[in-house]
Amino acid sequence: MKREMITLDANEAVAQVAYRLNEVIAIYPITPSSGMGEFADAWSAQGIKNIWGTVPMVMEMQSEGGAAGAVHGALTTGSLTTTFTASQGLLLMIPNMYKIAGELTSTVFHVTARSLAAHALSIFGDHSDVTAARTTGFAMLASRSVQEAQDMALIAQAATLESRIPFLHFFDGFRTSHEVNKIEQLSDEDLKAMIDDTKVFAHRQRGLSPDRPIIRGTAQNPDVYFQGRETNNPYYNACPAIVQKAMDKFASLTGRSYHLFDYVGAPDAERVIIVLGSGGETVEETAKFLNEAGEKLGVITVHLYRPFSVEHLMKAIPASTKAIAILDRTKEPGAAGEPLYQDVITAISEGISEGIAPFKQMPTIIGGRYGLSSKEFTPAMAKSVFDELKKSQPKNHFTVGIMDDVTHSSLDYDPEFSIEFPETKRCIFFGLGADGTVGANKNSIKIIGEETTNSAQGYFVYDSKKSGSVTISHLRFGPKPIRSPYLIGVGDANFVACHQFNFLERLDMLKYAAPGGVFLLNSIYGPTDVWDHLPIEVQQTIIAKKLRFYVIDAYEVAQKTGMGGRINTIMQTCFFAISGVLPREEAIEQIKHSIKKTYGKRGEAVVQKNYDAVDSSLANLHEVKVPAQATSKLTRHSPVPAAAPKFVKDVLGKMIEYEGDSLPVSAMPVDGSFPSGTTQWEKRNIALEIPVWEPNLCIQCGKCSFVCPHAVIRQKVYSPELLANAPATFKSVDAKFKEMPGAKFTVQIAPEDCTSCGLCIEVCPAKDKSQAGRKAINMADQVPLRENESKNWEFFMSLPDPDRTAFVPTTVKNSQELTPLFEFSGACAGCGETPYLKLASQLFGDRMVVANATGCSSIYGGNLPTTPWSYNKEGRGPAWANSLFEDNAEFGLGMRLTIDKQTEYATELIKSLGGVLGDRLVTDILQADQSNAAGIAAQRVRITELKDRLATSKDPNAAQLLSLADILVKRSVWIIGGDGWAYDIGYGGLDHVLASGRNVNVLVLDTEVYSNTGGQASKSTPRAAVAKFAAKGKGLPKKDLGMIAMAYGYVYVAKVAMGANDAHTLRAFLEADAYDGPSIIIAYSHCISHGIDMRKGLEQQKNAVACGIWPLFRYNPALVDEGKNPLQIDSKEPTISVEDYAYNETRYRMLLQSDEARAEMLMKQARTDVEKRWNLYRQMAEIEYKFGKTEKTEE
Amino acid sequence: MVDLSTKYLGLTLKNPVVASSSPFSKKVENVKRLEDTGASAVVMYSLFEEQIIHESKALDHFLNRGTESFAEALTYFPDFENYNVGPESYLDLIQKLKISVEIPIIGSLNGVSRGGWINYARKIEEAGADALELNIYSVPTDFSLNSSQLEDEYVALVSEVRKEIHIPLAIKLSPYYTSLPHFAQQLVKAGANGLTLFNRFYQPDIDIEEQEVVPNLILSDPGDMRLPLRWIAILSGRLQTDLALTSGVHSGEDVLKAVMAGANVAMLTSELLRSGSQRLTEILCEIERWMEKLECESITQIHGSMSQKNVADPAAFERANYMKVLTSFDGNILF
Repeated sequence: MKREMITLDANEAVAQVAYRLNEVIAIYPITPSSGMGEFADAWSAQGIKNIWGTVPMVMEMQSEGGAAGAVHGALTTGSLTTTFTASQGLLLMIPNMYKIAGELTSTVFHVTARSLAAHALSIFGDHSDVTAARTTGFAMLASRSVQEAQDMALIAQAATLESRIPFLHFFDGFRTSHEVNKIEQLSDEDLKAMIDDTKVFAHRQRGLSPDRPIIRGTAQNPDVYFQGRETNNPYYNACPAIVQKAMDKFASLTGRSYHLFDYVGAPDAERVIIVLGSGGETVEETAKFLNEAGEKLGVITVHLYRPFSVEHLMKAIPASTKAIAILDRTKEPGAAGEPLYQDVITAISEGISEGIAPFKQMPTIIGGRYGLSSKEFTPAMAKSVFDELKKSQPKNHFTVGIMDDVTHSSLDYDPEFSIEFPETKRCIFFGLGADGTVGANKNSIKIIGEETTNSAQGYFVYDSKKSGSVTISHLRFGPKPIRSPYLIGVGDANFVACHQFNFLERLDMLKYAAPGGVFLLNSIYGPTDVWDHLPIEVQQTIIAKKLRFYVIDAYEVAQKTGMGGRINTIMQTCFFAISGVLPREEAIEQIKHSIKKTYGKRGEAVVQKNYDAVDSSLANLHEVKVPAQATSKLTRHSPVPAAAPKFVKDVLGKMIEYEGDSLPVSAMPVDGSFPSGTTQWEKRNIALEIPVWEPNLCIQCGKCSFVCPHAVIRQKVYSPELLANAPATFKSVDAKFKEMPGAKFTVQIAPEDCTSCGLCIEVCPAKDKSQAGRKAINMADQVPLRENESKNWEFFMSLPDPDRTAFVPTTVKNSQELTPLFEFSGACAGCGETPYLKLASQLFGDRMVVANATGCSSIYGGNLPTTPWSYNKEGRGPAWANSLFEDNAEFGLGMRLTIDKQTEYATELIKSLGGVLGDRLVTDILQADQSNAAGIAAQRVRITELKDRLATSKDPNAAQLLSLADILVKRSVWIIGGDGWAYDIGYGGLDHVLASGRNVNVLVLDTEVYSNTGGQASKSTPRAAVAKFAAKGKGLPKKDLGMIAMAYGYVYVAKVAMGANDAHTLRAFLEADAYDGPSIIIAYSHCISHGIDMRKGLEQQKNAVACGIWPLFRYNPALVDEGKNPLQIDSKEPTISVEDYAYNETRYRMLLQSDEARAEMLMKQARTDVEKRWNLYRQMAEIEYKFGKTEKTEE
Repeated sequence: MVDLSTKYLGLTLKNPVVASSSPFSKKVENVKRLEDTGASAVVMYSLFEEQIIHESKALDHFLNRGTESFAEALTYFPDFENYNVGPESYLDLIQKLKISVEIPIIGSLNGVSRGGWINYARKIEEAGADALELNIYSVPTDFSLNSSQLEDEYVALVSEVRKEIHIPLAIKLSPYYTSLPHFAQQLVKAGANGLTLFNRFYQPDIDIEEQEVVPNLILSDPGDMRLPLRWIAILSGRLQTDLALTSGVHSGEDVLKAVMAGANVAMLTSELLRSGSQRLTEILCEIERWMEKLECESITQIHGSMSQKNVADPAAFERANYMKVLTSFDGNILF
């Protein structure tokens, strides 16, 4: 049978199989598995059918725990059901997995294996998650490549139906899930041939039905539970043979032969590595390479990891084996060894004792860890493991791929060692996220893979910023199959492209270039001028490696052809032209064909502009005549300024310049704790334009500073004499603040930290009377301003911070006198969330404790290399931690409990020490009014005095109190997260925490979608909006979290939208903190996933409020005690239509553009939703309240 | 029983009242209602090439933006199989209307590129439109272009479109031409079968408090009819073309004025937007009542009866008209 060769990633390949073989799919987004759910949801929305001719039903759940429950239920009633997950998601499924396995229920869970959050979260790949699920009773089948992932998805399904054992099919997160490779696609006929319908009927027949009632899920006692647990042994015993049978049948169909343990290598191998997952390909290729040089090496790739068949493993190991290394891509701290190591040792031990082993003596066996969190695992590392096995006393429990200078576990390896085939072309592209480089490269790989006889592979590396991010694309193609699941190494790239000129000054990208290779640079300088603009290091490498050097001004071509900043198709055309992988004309034809295919549905104009870009590219591509000498005066920049602290320079600086892999173990903190306020040292310079302040137009309202998502625009009021040492271009004006008469005022921009979002310009209300288009802040090119403004920023930061006790932050302008302690995050330019965080940090930062749910805010808030939560000049600042996604409310409550308990104990201690400390001080401390900054400051003075007195006391309680004294200064607990957390996965916990009555402040950064994982619908997603997992437009209204919280009656609730009413937002934050009980603020956060011009984010907030879809209100239970209604609606009745708001946003508009009738129907219902809610709120706000004061009851 | 039938662009219409380009024509049921209440033809809302391009590019921009930048969020939206950002939905609607109603459907097109004009004109014809109205006005802001260059471009455009399609072609004009008769004549020579006088535009306003420019479209009132009325009267009978009067038609009386001035049809939108489609029935009754009162038998009988060519005092449509107003002014009210 002729099958199609396709080029795609493993997520898509696996989803294609899983979708076609199931009836019910329960999903929940989690990286890197989200793609599978997204494909399934999209195909279901399009009405694509499975192999039985029906469209699978796809259901998004509130968590992976929920997805597993739904899967269990659907299986229990007889549906073919699947799910996709990874990491913590898999952990949340474990309870149900025990149940599903215990009930011998056929299913396959497809898992992109990913690290677990331990000392830190990581989205990248290893086997920590799947090995944590190895005790559930699920069979576990591992794939090591895109082709295998597709194939094993089918084999697993066939095997589960026959064996009744549920399967966990896994492949490496990112490395396999996101690698684009050319594979042979399985047809419907293949799937039908592999799946025995009688087994499907049997599965269905086992489903619960009132027509043949049984009960499942009994509770058993000591008398029979044990026996019951042993009943399934025959099924597990039979499973390996069933899997092999399915593999054999698959081989007869496709010619691709797999085994439970696949051995490759010398028949008389003496040294063997046993490994799971993609690392197997690396070891296999390395062994083949070394065997050709006369070595006797072998590799066993484990496919069926559970049930672990001792018998099959024994048959796979060559009898000649003298030494074995077992590689685990996970770490089990404290264990006798990692899981696969222990399994293999046990198996060989049993094999020898039972006489089924190929040898009688135990060979040398060592185990080691590699590749955690997608750490590179290269042939050099595989070779070092083989080499280790040569030693008489090889290192056991080793690590490879890192330098462990603490416990010295690591093996040395030769980074120069390479086994790349000379016929394979290797290309690396450095791009900016926004320039479309990765998309174009995915496209190129598809063209090469599908339009030539070449094999092709693409893998893409992203940094952790959401704005100004760097992408690195690794492309390989050539006549031989590409089994290289590792990045292109130093000195191995035949082609290096730099799509952004300024990368040259901060990244050493030419280290990847092979001698005689090609360097393509996007440059505003032409072939005759460019040389002098290169840093000297770049010139030297070009000369030393004899690189052929090309330039193109892709910006200009893009500008002229209407492509804006997207230079992707231009650079792609140049790549094809230079690489010669296809004849030029054919390459251009293929690129255009691909453009038509990708963009055709978006309209002719889009296709045409891309065509124009392609057609204009080659005329602008020039080869540079390389001079013999490097003469440049420019040098590559240091990643962080010289003034940075040592840790920032030595550790974070390495990460910033993409050299983090070289950091040894000793460089890392032992417990995941990092210093605060490190973003200030990472000068990213990503803004093309920055705001320029016009002092004479400024009305000093503070709005620009208030809304700035990155805290790069700040204001200060200060004494005039401080200007004596000001730089010449430093601007100031007479301050209009009654708190500090005669003072000067400055609005200053941090030029190297700005993202050019323009929100400050949009919000600025001050216009030039003679030129209305000119405001008190206007954008101007960054480059000419950079040097002076950097000096001005430095001077500005050296000015004293305004006295917190003087500037009472009840007005927007005063609030902006407080130092932001959340700054320069990697959030999207124009982010709608971060201004709220910054505000909280200004108001409460010096006494703030933050529990942050996983999501956007934990990524821009806590992703290395540098983090934005900062500290003030006294060294105080928010104490921030992220636990998980689902537990954040509880995590924050725990923080509150500590504060409450320690306060209680400190109070007891201080009372007991009254005589020693002086009753006056004790009384003052215990009765302190800490409701404002002045009160807090006074209390801090008292605590300092207290500590002084305690330090000299001999009373045993004094030491106790000394360690707790700081707790007597009021702290503010903030529980922060997005709507995915608050409305969905964390809702149960959030509800409990609100119900607890404890004094916590919850801030929901509501983007109405799972933003961090790419825009999946949450229960906050409004009706009529399109999101992933709601591809037809959400058909149900947004959950009213505020109303639910109000129902408690003792929870402070506010719904705010900074863009609509900044003063209201400020008031709500202050009231929430002041309220001695639980508070929740639901904050409208415009988002890139709304599909808006982010510069207009605040205007959209205004529109959201004006149309009634986002009413502003505050529900303050404290008002009840005053005989007032606690609910105050703070916005007016709708003045514009919902459409006037919604159709400014792609999330609504794209439904109109694709299914107008449904869009109109949903929009009509959305209007009714608004009317109903307003009606309800209005009536609630009008209820008369005349109750007595409620006494607070201690829990 | 008076005969209200007329001919416009070679189409036989049951009366001279045509619903002009408006949001009414966006839905089949609305057009059916217009037919039921008496409209003799419907000019569809305009297919704006500029809007198509803008929608297409905006969709592309927002679907691309932020993609492939961050490992956890390689995209932010599901990408649908199809989007109606091209002319397809407009063309589909023409096809649906042709099946659903008996009255002629006149397509309307506003292009920005030569290719766009011709391409979309052809598509509108292929979709089944009975005629096409080209809405050729744009706001010229280029200081280097003079009026004759602009006019020549429009004439060349009409000529090219005329060559591409076979259905009748009307040109909708603005009043802002230095010599309208000459320009009109050029258009007719280039192949226009009819002229529609005049277009109404979005007129930007200024919000003095916010110091912002506010786009605005004000519905017409009866006074707005005077301008096209005069020009219809001037052109009528002097050019081999049909004429349609649009802007300010609010009553049966207005329709009759238009016809008497020389319009083959009167087109209305504002009145329908204000009062609903049932207003058409009333307007037709008003026409009939007036016709009976004037003892006219047919619309054809009075067509152009008050054109400049046919009135006793042709100068009344020229400058003298202005003078007459002035001299009739009662200066006493100043005191």
